[in-house]
Amino acid sequence: MNSETEMLREYTERDYQFGFVTDIETDSLPPGLSEEVIRFISARKHEPEWLTTWRLEAYRHWLTMEEPHWANIEYDPIDYQDIVYYSAPKSSADGPKSLDEVDPELLATYEKLGIPLNEREKLAGVAVDVVFDSVSVATTFKDQLAAQGIIFCSFSEAVQEHPELVRKYLGSVVPRSDNFFAALNSAVFTDGSFCYVPPGVRCPIELMTYFRINEADSGQFERTLIIADEGSCVSYLEGCTAPMRDENQLHAAVVELIALDDANIKYSTVQNWYPGNDEGVGGIFNFVTKRGACRGTNSRISWTQVETGSAITWKYPSCILQGDNSVGEFYSIALSAKRQQADTGTKMIHIGRNTRSTIISKGISAQRGQNSYRGQVKILKKADGARNYSQCDSLLIGDQCGAHTFPNLDIQNSSAHVEHEASTSRIGEDQLFYCQQRGLSLEDSINLIVNGFCKEVFRELPMEFAVEAQKLLEVSLEGSVG
Amino acid sequence: MLEIRGLEAGVKGKTILKGIDLVVNAGEVHAIMGPNGSGKSTLAQVIAGREQFVVSAGSVKYDGRDLLELAPDERACAGIFMAFQYPVEIPGVSNSYFLRSALNAQRRARGEQELDAFEFLAFIQDRMALLNLQDELLNRPVNDGFSGGEKKRNEIFQMAVLEPRLAVLDETDSGLDIDALRVVASGINSLRRDDNATIVVTHYQRLLNYVVPDFVHILVDGRIVRSGDRQLALDLEEQGYDRIAARAA
Repeated sequence: MNSETEMLREYTERDYQFGFVTDIETDSLPPGLSEEVIRFISARKHEPEWLTTWRLEAYRHWLTMEEPHWANIEYDPIDYQDIVYYSAPKSSADGPKSLDEVDPELLATYEKLGIPLNEREKLAGVAVDVVFDSVSVATTFKDQLAAQGIIFCSFSEAVQEHPELVRKYLGSVVPRSDNFFAALNSAVFTDGSFCYVPPGVRCPIELMTYFRINEADSGQFERTLIIADEGSCVSYLEGCTAPMRDENQLHAAVVELIALDDANIKYSTVQNWYPGNDEGVGGIFNFVTKRGACRGTNSRISWTQVETGSAITWKYPSCILQGDNSVGEFYSIALSAKRQQADTGTKMIHIGRNTRSTIISKGISAQRGQNSYRGQVKILKKADGARNYSQCDSLLIGDQCGAHTFPNLDIQNSSAHVEHEASTSRIGEDQLFYCQQRGLSLEDSINLIVNGFCKEVFRELPMEFAVEAQKLLEVSLEGSVG
Repeated sequence: MLEIRGLEAGVKGKTILKGIDLVVNAGEVHAIMGPNGSGKSTLAQVIAGREQFVVSAGSVKYDGRDLLELAPDERACAGIFMAFQYPVEIPGVSNSYFLRSALNAQRRARGEQELDAFEFLAFIQDRMALLNLQDELLNRPVNDGFSGGEKKRNEIFQMAVLEPRLAVLDETDSGLDIDALRVVASGINSLRRDDNATIVVTHYQRLLNYVVPDFVHILVDGRIVRSGDRQLALDLEEQGYDRIAARAA
């Protein structure tokens, strides 16, 4: 059995393929955080006074908070004064109006990642709002979306063009004081995406954003706000890769979703930030707050995530099921290899009547990765007829990794139906041998087994994204066999 | 085709095979019989290349090549197939996707064109009928929730699709009722050709009523103690391993 372990270890130890740094002249603040820094960011983005105040209040609250340490993760203390809170590619300071105006080097970066923007626009019919180190540099398909009344733009632009919407909804799902990282984000967020779909409109294309961390030591604080008005429907895709770095990089995003009556939001993420090297040095720290509010009756919010990157993942995309008959879903694949630590899961808060939620979580641990599922299903007193189904499966590859499950049920209404299933399995030597005996290489065998394990989640992803996600998983698991 | 000389092999320091000599030519069917723990399954798995079994002496040549040098998937691509005694479940992977991936891996290795999903479906139709398999079985996850009989038929179905040159059937008859045994046996028989060979590893004579062997070898305590023709299996059935083994000793 030792040879199997050896083999698997070799297989999963493979260098990050997307480690390169683009040299673009940047316009950065020195490291450090203070009210001045926040005022600088706000001024730099020509923000209205209410938003500056909003940020400052978040900052003051943050100062009173302590970094949470309840998650099953370990890392060296983060020095928040040693982080750069603002950096923007200079070439986009004036805001390019089309792809032609985009820095060619930047486009080349996306090429390297296999994201040919210009092709993608045409072929896949995807509007891309690219976030490159905090500033949006290209937004496409805007006119087409605008014709239907859909607003899809960078967060900064939304602040300028649609301040009433931003003011109404910002912080309404994730309050500034919600948690340490959300408070920090509220104080210093630099950009992100904004989307509003008007009543009765079905967004005709998948909305897509690529996030990418590029600047050394620059924390990235994205802010995303998506509002689906009554009877509307939108699918949003988010995908990430990041270049190789020696210093840990902090990432603390906040995503807020709001679904009104009969509205439907599908939010899919493929996250592949640099996980660090084999010793755990240099990976991204990913502390994200994602939450959706099903405000309206019959509304639905569905989270699907494929998390393969980051040294640390701390992330619990959640649903607040306020509206009667509203539906929350969470489909997750989390892979921890090398020394990656993932503590991820969801919260489903049932408030309205006949609310339903589904949780499907697939955790994969390889090498010395540690994977924890942490979930809460809360059914409040008035939530008559609420239902939840949770399934948490863990797959172990090799014998140095770990899988942990922390489910939490809080049921205050006796009419609730709550089911929880959990399993832990190991990629067996017998499974690998079976596949190989039929002619599949070791690599293909592992991919086949892992893909089978993840199938229920893959089929929730939009088609092209599912293919990409599958590829990512394969790349993340690839090793130096033979 | 296969030439085994003085093969010794074991697992975790324990020697199980203690000097096996066996020659299998194209067109032949060999039955390996023996009591529990005699090393039958070990022999099958050493031929297929299972890593946990360590070869400590002897040689195995396949078409003149050193078989022991090859990884399990290379052996498969060279035409060696093992029907598992306990077929392995792979949740979430459909049977047809699995088999098509395997077939295409082998076709790639032979420099042949890969089959797309439609070509593959056409290719397997008559083989499905041969093993009396329902279409729905193709879409179910590999061996997951299959009955014992379905798993064994599925093994022979895979063999029918992969068309190996050397098939090693490890206790394929165990756990089969008489009807399923007939279906499986007729499947095996219909795949017999002049240019391929089969090694049937079995505990009971029963299967050999249907799959008639050219040679029968009795394996006891890691050694082939007697070899003969079909009659040997019948004698064995009548007299039991102890007497046959005793006479050999």
